Amino acid sequence: MDEFELPVIQQQRGCDCGENLLTSGKPMPDVHQSFVRGVVETAAGRLPKVSSTLSRRDRWGAVRARLSAFRMAYRIDPGLYALGEPDGQSPVLVSANYKMSFDVLRASLAGRSAWILVLDTRGINVWCAAGKGTFGTEELIRRIELSGLRKIVAHRKLILPQLGAPGVAAYQVKKISGFEVLYGPVHARDLPAYLDAGCHATAAMRTMPFSLRDRVLLVPIELRGAMKYFFMLPAFFLLIGGLGGPKDFWSNVTQTGLFAVLALLGALIGGAVLVPLLLPYLPGRAFSVKGLWVGLVIAMMCIVLREMNLTTWPGRVEAASWFLILPAVSAYLAMNFTGCSTFTSLSGVKKEMRWALPLQIAGGLAGVILWIGAALMF
Amino acid sequence: MDGLVYLKNVVTLKLDEQKCNGCGMCAEVCPHRVFQLNGRKASLRDRDACMECGACRRNCPTGAVFVESGVGCAAAVMSTLLGKQGDCCCGPGAGDPVGGCCG
Repeated sequence: MDEFELPVIQQQRGCDCGENLLTSGKPMPDVHQSFVRGVVETAAGRLPKVSSTLSRRDRWGAVRARLSAFRMAYRIDPGLYALGEPDGQSPVLVSANYKMSFDVLRASLAGRSAWILVLDTRGINVWCAAGKGTFGTEELIRRIELSGLRKIVAHRKLILPQLGAPGVAAYQVKKISGFEVLYGPVHARDLPAYLDAGCHATAAMRTMPFSLRDRVLLVPIELRGAMKYFFMLPAFFLLIGGLGGPKDFWSNVTQTGLFAVLALLGALIGGAVLVPLLLPYLPGRAFSVKGLWVGLVIAMMCIVLREMNLTTWPGRVEAASWFLILPAVSAYLAMNFTGCSTFTSLSGVKKEMRWALPLQIAGGLAGVILWIGAALMF
Repeated sequence: MDGLVYLKNVVTLKLDEQKCNGCGMCAEVCPHRVFQLNGRKASLRDRDACMECGACRRNCPTGAVFVESGVGCAAAVMSTLLGKQGDCCCGPGAGDPVGGCCG
């Protein structure tokens, strides 16, 4: 293992996970990983060779990772890989050791040859790892040395995904390692155009949109997160609905209680599915406000569908309770979607939470109390 | 950007034009076109579009950019408030929207 000094970075390390990075890791990635399609002999040793064509196994892995079932184990060995038949002049692209990041990168480079330098980001994608500092200046410099890259390529240029920039100070990498960092496009799919233009990215390639497709792909994660809360609530509403209500226990459970569960499910779908999908079209800047509108519409629909009798007090109180509970639930879930969006700042989220979270809690609690009251009034 | 803007006038981003040497890295790394280059100085084009990712500050060689970076994620803020180790991130990476650590 090459020894080297990193005086600049060691002083300003912002990540408490830096220690392990300095001691862990083999210099060369394992050539027996499932996606490796051969080996290449280089001046720095034997390196695994990969193809830009994804296998059925790679694709299935991506589906499972998107459904977030096996995500944490979806990592590959860090180090240098050969894509196609690269030589000393081929470009060097830097990626994370989250397998989906690596797969998206190689799949975007059909028919091309390149070196891919994979950093150890603990199986986390480039963007998230850059925010934490694991896709960072220090790891990049370390990985350049460990991989023997300077023996393999004649040039001194690295192409990094633009979304890695929060973790990597290009001027420090240049100063310490001699390698110039070029930030490529945000999306790997723009890499061929970027490379053909002599490493020039257009303004469109540099911006991060939040397309309908991006949002659709995040819905399973949102639903899974929201379901965590949902398992607790139905039992409570079924029980109270059964104990109160106008008839015997089981009729009440199936009428009052079951309706409550369906109404909550509606608010959950509103907050975790409709808000992500309709995001640009919902009024308001704060996500809670967007969720609030969806919740109000769902509450309105519930009242119409249940044919609540608004001429009696129990009916009015129950209607009022749903107008509090459902918007509170969907506003809360919508607020949680800030974490998945590509344009919310931490300062903004904190500001929103300061007023929105107390209102959501107060609205939800007041609604539940009214609902219990209505159930007992019968 | 297609109607997707967050709260106004809230971000911690600051640019000291005195220190700027006009290298243009901030404009290059920003995913929301917050900066523009006017001749030999950078300036803020759309400050409210900033998501505080910190790429500009990290890549500014003269320390002209300041931003308190962090992840704009309500779940992470709550975890921190509750004293848990906030280790959450699920923003879209390059072509792979998931792969963070929510849930």
